[in-house]
Amino acid sequence: MAIHTIDRTAKQIVLTVQEYSLFAGRALMNLFRPPIYWTDFLIQSDIIGFGSLPIVILSGFFTGGVLSLQSAATLSAFGATAVTGQFVSLTMIRELGAVLTGIMVSGRNASSMASELGSMVVTEQIDAMRALGVDPMRKLVTPRVFATITMLLFLTIVADAFGIMGGAAVTVFLNHQNGTQYFHMAYEHLRYPDIVQGLVKPLFFGYIIASIGCFYGMRTTGGTEGVGRSTISAVVNASVLIIFVDFLITHVLLSILPS
Amino acid sequence: MNHSAYATPNPAIATPDTFPVVALRNVAAGFDGPPVLEDVSFSVAPAETRILLGPAGVGKSVLLKLIIGLLRPLEGSVELFGEEISRMPEEKLFPLRARAGMVFQEGALFDSLTVRDNVAYQLIQERVPDEEIDVRVHEALRFVGLEQTFALYPSSLSGGMRRRVAIARALIHQPELILYDSPTGGLDPVTSETIIELIVKQRDVRATPSLLVTHRLQDAFTLCTHRFSIELERMVPLPEGQTNRNTTFLMLNEGRLIFDGSLDELVHSKDPFVREFLE
Repeated sequence: MAIHTIDRTAKQIVLTVQEYSLFAGRALMNLFRPPIYWTDFLIQSDIIGFGSLPIVILSGFFTGGVLSLQSAATLSAFGATAVTGQFVSLTMIRELGAVLTGIMVSGRNASSMASELGSMVVTEQIDAMRALGVDPMRKLVTPRVFATITMLLFLTIVADAFGIMGGAAVTVFLNHQNGTQYFHMAYEHLRYPDIVQGLVKPLFFGYIIASIGCFYGMRTTGGTEGVGRSTISAVVNASVLIIFVDFLITHVLLSILPS
Repeated sequence: MNHSAYATPNPAIATPDTFPVVALRNVAAGFDGPPVLEDVSFSVAPAETRILLGPAGVGKSVLLKLIIGLLRPLEGSVELFGEEISRMPEEKLFPLRARAGMVFQEGALFDSLTVRDNVAYQLIQERVPDEEIDVRVHEALRFVGLEQTFALYPSSLSGGMRRRVAIARALIHQPELILYDSPTGGLDPVTSETIIELIVKQRDVRATPSLLVTHRLQDAFTLCTHRFSIELERMVPLPEGQTNRNTTFLMLNEGRLIFDGSLDELVHSKDPFVREFLE
């Protein structure tokens, strides 16, 4: 009985991964084949990009501030508080800006995509769309994927900038250090590989957030309760996959572009 | 009860040699559990209205979705407008579906769009000019008697109004086939009659072939025993003993088609389930 359950669960997981791969692949391929719904892309870009701006600014700013606070305490033991700027900017740009923005946007938008599309599934709106001769993959999924990839790139840049500013605010107003030195160190030690690493990640994260949000939304079953389940699955899986893919990308990029 | 046939004002008469709009052959369908439908075969001829009867949960809605390829059969073949669709790729199905209209059980209107944008959904995707869209939406809404709802959102409409808007959305493209999924389910008798009148109007004025799913016998009999009078602008009863000859019945029970015939054959059927259902 137990083996039967394990067997069934394993098959279910493999089937879900297969379905997700096909779904995500189709969503991506649709970016290069007409019709492309540009109006829907712009609407989604506004919702995902502009709508996520406040949480990205706040989380970026305070993360930079915390980094500065934590690092100053350790660095002062070595008399190296001058490198706080370098520490904050490299950490934000190479790692935290992309990952934090990805997780914040995942919490906000993967959930909204899963619940919106899930509600459309349970109220037969998706079937109605298909019956009217419109492909929901092209009309609903592809614009969301395209918009999330594009907007996450810009949101990450915003998070990086505000993270460095948060670090500067703490350095100047709480740690009473020199602001010019902070920005000088933050800028001087940045290399192109750092920036490339920070800007490649959001492209993958954006794809993960939108494809997982839409995937769980489109396979919703079981009425309004099912919508809730889809929303939870979308946020949890997108967040975990972001961290996992971050590890893989970092590993690969560090071997290709050593700092 | 002996019914004589009555021809509608302008139908393309369905004859056995006419090319069927829909043809199902030995169709079986199901999900994870036991099959929902087994060995279902029937066809819909041009200008024919078929009423699919059966208790709740026997697979009537599944059957409608199979017809336009929203679901795939496990076995058998489904032909829509002469093309076999049961194994057809989704991309090729979209243009075929666009030629049909479907009215879903709860209307399935898009919540985030106004009535105008809902009704005009297909036209907007085809990039029809706005002025033409407005004219055609007004015309479609006038057909269902809801012109005043043009700028409203579905959330501000009653259940009956939502169904009528769904009918307008299905009709705006002048479909070659209409599928109605329990269009009167859960509505009060007065609203139900308004909806049935619209279906009779579409059948008699435009002679569009259709398949209507219902478990309400009174709606099915009204469809068969009434016609739409263009002069009076309303549905009127046919003379005593006459029925619409292009309106026929199907009945499903436990996933199988147990009846296929006219109203006269239905009321004289010896099948115990049919008798029980009618009584």
